Amino acid sequence: MTARESLVRLCVLYPDLLGTYGDGGNATVLAQRLAWRGIGVDLVSVESGESVPDSCDLYLVGGGEDGPQTQAARGLAASGALHRAVDAGAVVFAVCAGMQILGERFPDRHGIDQPGLGLLDCITMRVDRPRAVGELLTYDATVTGSGGEVTSLGTLTGFENHGGRTVPGPSATALGRVEIGEGNGDGSEGVVNGRVLGTYLHGPALARNPLLADALLRWVLQVDTLSELDDTDVEALRQTRIAAARQHELAPRRTWRDRLRGS
Amino acid sequence: MSSSSPSHAGGPGLRARAAVALGSVVATASRTVNLGSGSVIGGRASLMVHPGLLRELTASRDVIIVSATNGKTTTTRLISAALAGDRPVVSNSLGANMEAGIAAALGTAEPAATAVLEVDERWVPGVLRSTQAGTVVLLNLSRDQLDRSQEVRHLAEAWRSCLLETPPTTVVANADDPLVAWAAGVAPTVIWVATGLSWHADAAGCPECSGRITFGPNTWRCTDCGLARPETQVSVDDTAIVIDGTRTAIAMGLPGHINRVNAAFALAAARSVGVGIPTAVEGIESVREVAGRYRVASFNGRSVRLLLAKNPAGWHEALELIAAPPAPVIVAINARIADGHDPSWLWDVEFERLRSRFVVVTGERQHDLAVRLRYAGVDHVVAESIDEAVRVAAGRPEHRAGDTIDIAANYTAFQQYHERMSDYS
Ligand SMILES: [Zn+2]
Repeated sequence: MTARESLVRLCVLYPDLLGTYGDGGNATVLAQRLAWRGIGVDLVSVESGESVPDSCDLYLVGGGEDGPQTQAARGLAASGALHRAVDAGAVVFAVCAGMQILGERFPDRHGIDQPGLGLLDCITMRVDRPRAVGELLTYDATVTGSGGEVTSLGTLTGFENHGGRTVPGPSATALGRVEIGEGNGDGSEGVVNGRVLGTYLHGPALARNPLLADALLRWVLQVDTLSELDDTDVEALRQTRIAAARQHELAPRRTWRDRLRGS
Repeated sequence: MSSSSPSHAGGPGLRARAAVALGSVVATASRTVNLGSGSVIGGRASLMVHPGLLRELTASRDVIIVSATNGKTTTTRLISAALAGDRPVVSNSLGANMEAGIAAALGTAEPAATAVLEVDERWVPGVLRSTQAGTVVLLNLSRDQLDRSQEVRHLAEAWRSCLLETPPTTVVANADDPLVAWAAGVAPTVIWVATGLSWHADAAGCPECSGRITFGPNTWRCTDCGLARPETQVSVDDTAIVIDGTRTAIAMGLPGHINRVNAAFALAAARSVGVGIPTAVEGIESVREVAGRYRVASFNGRSVRLLLAKNPAGWHEALELIAAPPAPVIVAINARIADGHDPSWLWDVEFERLRSRFVVVTGERQHDLAVRLRYAGVDHVVAESIDEAVRVAAGRPEHRAGDTIDIAANYTAFQQYHERMSDYS
């Protein structure tokens, strides 16, 4: 396969509403991994109230709080641009509150269900437990590309900070299975529908998980392989965070009731 | 300085004195069993037997309250210094900035001393109510550690309603921070300070109407409602502080624009309680370190300077202060409870600004920082300890023998190193 010639267009959606947990770093990571490989990149950042372009290759939606989350969902629904982009084959990577609004419905700050964008087959509900705050680790994860090819993502590591439970629907697959932490709340972590991916991993996720970052880039570039990068620093970080999670250094607080619920 | 407290003009009443005495016994006991300085736990004991203690301890004195996310310790120190040539001053200078620590600091002060109180952002309403402070200095509000920006807005709301409920004689406030400006705008008399600071990431939404705020040079306004930057009375430039059009030259003992801004707040506050400008300036110029911040110390035989930054807004300022390129610098990150367990805010800091320097990375979350610097395109190396970091930085070809090496650290890393410096200086 030949790499495309034009610039890769990355779009960060509503960082003013969904920029609470450093998830803007995901854009930095993707842009650098392209630049290091000599691939041109155009990074646009769209704040709430501005018009959303529908011609970008990859959209990033970050985590945020309940109030701004509802506002972001309304803005994106009204714009329709993200739906048009997904129909045209764009990749979407959404984190935490960003994933929740891409689903069918999610709870607002008062616990009332709000309609999501329907780009991910999942619903999110509020559960009666403390917020899940701590290291989140999955067993080896994979994603399946549009051509059916399966890509290994290795162990996914990140930090989670959320109060919701997300239930993937029949047409969705999970991104991974939880080894440590809460994730979706049913033992799974993240939601995938085609080229739209959601996850509870902050950290930011793509800084801690370069295989995931490169999987997204391969989809965008429509190539099977990408050149190797020097990920020495990232490997050192991954090893320390994976070890810390397994030692329950920052384990989310979970009650016995949570455990009995089968999560 | 008005109060309905039953105490005499001469000082706290019998019950207050008994409460203070108990606090000091508890504090001594706490120090003896090595629980830290003991002042907070002692103050807590005093407040338990006498909840009205703070009101009584401040009933007969002038009170200045200082609060902010960043810079409150430094500004409190500068105000204390500005007042010291004019009158006795008492301050909670150990950074014990919640009610118990404040009560402990005031308990043993002479009755006539002016209280200059650093107050935790969340405790401003309670402390204002108890002390009826005549002057309130509000520097900035931004996200700290794991706080959510929604909470920053709640803080602004709490500040606003307490200023309505217990209006101080004078508020000195940052005109460039929309959250602070919105909160302080309800006070009857506000001295607005033009800070020229450019950190706006936590104030994008209008606190009045949730609309969008647009920023320009020395201006901001909400595009949806009437909220806009107020007219300012105080500003700073490289050599002077300007109040009501009058320039006062100042030779700061602390580095950087941010500290000239802190000094402007201090000068305005000192003037509002009747201190002469020359006396206040002399005091402000005499401050060369604040609880270890900016202090040049000797460490393993090398000259080092410690800088503290706790959150993205603080790092934004710290990166301004560090030694000019090509000097190598040390950056240290921990993620303990006091720092926040999640250091993903590192991605909200523009570390790209360090590109022309070599950075030695250390602290307990050294690898998080190393990855951030890798993606920022900053040349760096990881060191396992502060001793190794200083050795590596001193051995770099860019380091000139005898130059001071800057160490920028977040809270608990700073505390660790500060203690070590004390041993070596
Ligand atoms: Zn407005």
